[in-house]
Amino acid sequence: MPPITWYMYVSAALFCIGLFGMMTRRNAIALLMSIELMLNSANVNLAAFSSYAKEHIVSVGGRQVDMMLSGQVFALFVIALAAAEAAVGLAIVINVYRSLRHINADEINLMKW
Amino acid sequence: MTGYQIAFIAAALITIVSAVLVVTVRNILRAALFLAFAFLGVAALYVLANAELLAAMQVLIYVGAITVLIMFAIVLTQQLMGAKLTQVTRVKAALIALAASGATFAFIVKTFVIPFKSANSAILSSPKPSDAGVLRQIAELLLQPYVVAFELASLVLLAALVGAIVISKEDRD
Repeated sequence: MPPITWYMYVSAALFCIGLFGMMTRRNAIALLMSIELMLNSANVNLAAFSSYAKEHIVSVGGRQVDMMLSGQVFALFVIALAAAEAAVGLAIVINVYRSLRHINADEINLMKW
Repeated sequence: MTGYQIAFIAAALITIVSAVLVVTVRNILRAALFLAFAFLGVAALYVLANAELLAAMQVLIYVGAITVLIMFAIVLTQQLMGAKLTQVTRVKAALIALAASGATFAFIVKTFVIPFKSANSAILSSPKPSDAGVLRQIAELLLQPYVVAFELASLVLLAALVGAIVISKEDRD
């Protein structure tokens, strides 16, 4: 097995690539893609740590359960929230496109007064 | 170099290269395609970390659903799908962003990864191969200690579903 620091390096690189995309892209959909990359980097870390961490056996509902699997459970929650975020974000993008005919994030000032 | 490590490097390379292409390619439809490849690479990383359930969910939800959703949004918002879009603002701004994200990477590595190498024996063990019991244990975790979060997640998904429909619906009045 590779050492866990390899996962951490990949996760950090993925996060910083997403950060770079957030700072350079103007297209709102491309910004959402960068956000998905950053969420995925967090998930990689959660999965790696839940696999490498020492077992922490707890009796849950009468069964012996390894609490370190919580990392995978958290990653599942992150995936669910990312799906919700993508759906709402893209709906907002489509709505903005209807009224402005473009989705350049730096020119959207609908909520400015 | 064991086979595991070679597989890890291959998956990591696919992920990182695809992610770099996602944020640099000028054609947004191609960026969405590379995003699917990056998600697949992350799914391979999950498999290597003994998280098969996460890998399956990654392929189903990210590669299967979110990428398609993003492509639909691209098709709906760009009149010319193949058109080159002005996405990167200026070379100077891109260089500043590169420096900032590189500094963030250096910070993360210096603060979290490097100190972790020496002080990890207390909390880490060699990963155990996952068996069928892991799936049951995850299900028990979801439905016993995390049941409130689990139900709230379904509520959030419902709210997002309704919200997405309401937001993207055309006003006809």
